[in-house]
Amino acid sequence: MLNDEDFGAILLTLQLASLVTVILLLLGTPIAWWLAHARSRWKGIIGAVVALPLVLPPAVLGFYLLVLMGPHGAVGQVTKALGLGTLPFTFGGLVVASVIYSLPFVVQPLQNAFEAIGSRPLEVAATLRASPLDTFFSVVVPLARSGFLTAAILGFAHTIGEFGVVLMVGGNIPGKTQVISMQIFNHVETGEYAQAHWLSGGMLVFSFVVLLMLYTLTPNPWRKR
Amino acid sequence: MANIEAQFRLPFPDFTLEVDLQLPAKGVTALFGHSGSGKTTLLRCIAGLECAPQGFLRVNGKLWQDSKQDVFLPTHQRPLGYVFQEASLFPHLNVRKNLEFGRKRVSFLRNPAGLAQAVELLGISHLLERMPDKLSGGERQRVAIARALAVSPQVLLMDEPLAALDLKRKQEILPFLTRLQGELDIPILYVTHSPQEVTQLADHLVVLEAGKVVASGTLEETLTQLDSPLAQGKQAATVLQVTVCGHEPEFHLSQVQFAGGVLSLPYQQAAAVGTALRLRVYARDVSITLQQPEQTSILNVLPATITGMAHDAAGRTMVRLNMGGVPLLSHITRKSASVLGLEKGMQVFAQIKATAIL
Repeated sequence: MLNDEDFGAILLTLQLASLVTVILLLLGTPIAWWLAHARSRWKGIIGAVVALPLVLPPAVLGFYLLVLMGPHGAVGQVTKALGLGTLPFTFGGLVVASVIYSLPFVVQPLQNAFEAIGSRPLEVAATLRASPLDTFFSVVVPLARSGFLTAAILGFAHTIGEFGVVLMVGGNIPGKTQVISMQIFNHVETGEYAQAHWLSGGMLVFSFVVLLMLYTLTPNPWRKR
Repeated sequence: MANIEAQFRLPFPDFTLEVDLQLPAKGVTALFGHSGSGKTTLLRCIAGLECAPQGFLRVNGKLWQDSKQDVFLPTHQRPLGYVFQEASLFPHLNVRKNLEFGRKRVSFLRNPAGLAQAVELLGISHLLERMPDKLSGGERQRVAIARALAVSPQVLLMDEPLAALDLKRKQEILPFLTRLQGELDIPILYVTHSPQEVTQLADHLVVLEAGKVVASGTLEETLTQLDSPLAQGKQAATVLQVTVCGHEPEFHLSQVQFAGGVLSLPYQQAAAVGTALRLRVYARDVSITLQQPEQTSILNVLPATITGMAHDAAGRTMVRLNMGGVPLLSHITRKSASVLGLEKGMQVFAQIKATAIL
């Protein structure tokens, strides 16, 4: 069955995915809002940058992040100057990489939800004395509820499933950066197929349940209502 | 008297909205125009939903926008009520919560009984616990109007509130709008492209064409302005404000009076003597004679003076009449105008068929 290292990897993965999901919702909401409402010519560029992780091989993304956050990279210089050390091969580095990697999975459902709401409810709320921030929480959040749900589920699930970026940025340090997908890889490398089966089977069931939730709880998560 | 002063200049690809208006602080001002005339844009500028780069707006003495001083009050800080063409109720809130949405955000309610009053005025007390998707189109629009009134606005802006409804629903809502006109002491700006709604509801009329104001003034004056788009063709009509002065039940008639004289109408059973009525008189229902006819079946013949004439390309002539200071239109054939030798300043008699509309 599973050993302590396996359980450690599961716990670490859940911690990582939860933290990343919270950060993604906080970060992705304003980005999605801007993409849904801005008329700026930067819109296309920002939209493309956010969507990049969808098509980029994880190894490429991981490589650039490794270089950027490393001791000679721009981000690494800043974190060193702040006395934080460098991010690669730490849990913090994993969080940063995962946020970037999963960003489109959160931004796109939110953007679709915001676009589906349109500007009319915002205008109505303004004529009823609601400030823009008030309108966001009292009108937009309830109306975009299924968008938020979809975004959170996808962001969480996608973070749990990542491998390539973790391999490049996080390494394989038990208790620090060793997540489930790494642990499966380790088991296969050393011929421990039974444990690989347990972890892989668990991931399969988990992923299925997540998608089942997505398709039954939210109406047409991919389409505008 | 406090009022609304509005000046806006807002360029669009196909036209420029350019208006300079003084609107009264009381009654219904209809902003009339065809689609693309800029009437909705003007209303949105007043609400602050659209920001005209050059604009000045003062309502009841308070500055809402002045581009010269860089003043632009955002919509949520303007004490107004707005009714959109589609009811646009919040789908996640029931009727009561929709009504309370704006109300609980107003720190000072000029009229604390406003909500109950609005619910009563629009007849929606039985709908309070329903969700918007369980309402008919007409009910939804009534809730939207009540929601706008519940914030005790200083001015009510309505953007074609009936346009999205079918004829039956329109007729369901019109009586409520007439009640608003009678019972509210705030100005209502009412955007419409329907001449019927104008004659039925408005006290004051602004006619817009391609972003410019082509006529503005009291309803009677503006409706009878010969170059106004409303004074063209078969649908041209004027409004007479009259008072009931007698009944003849045996003939099924009622008498009403106005500055121009006394008219007979089909029996107005519900209107006691002294009641104010609004009459719609279509220009096609007014004919002209030079002498007072002595033996005629037409009951309503009143002396009038010709104050203007306009000929159209279809062989018709629109004649503007004055009866004791009250203007009226008569749509006759150009041949009749020529045979009778009608010209400006002539004393004639108008034969009128009028219908009460309120």
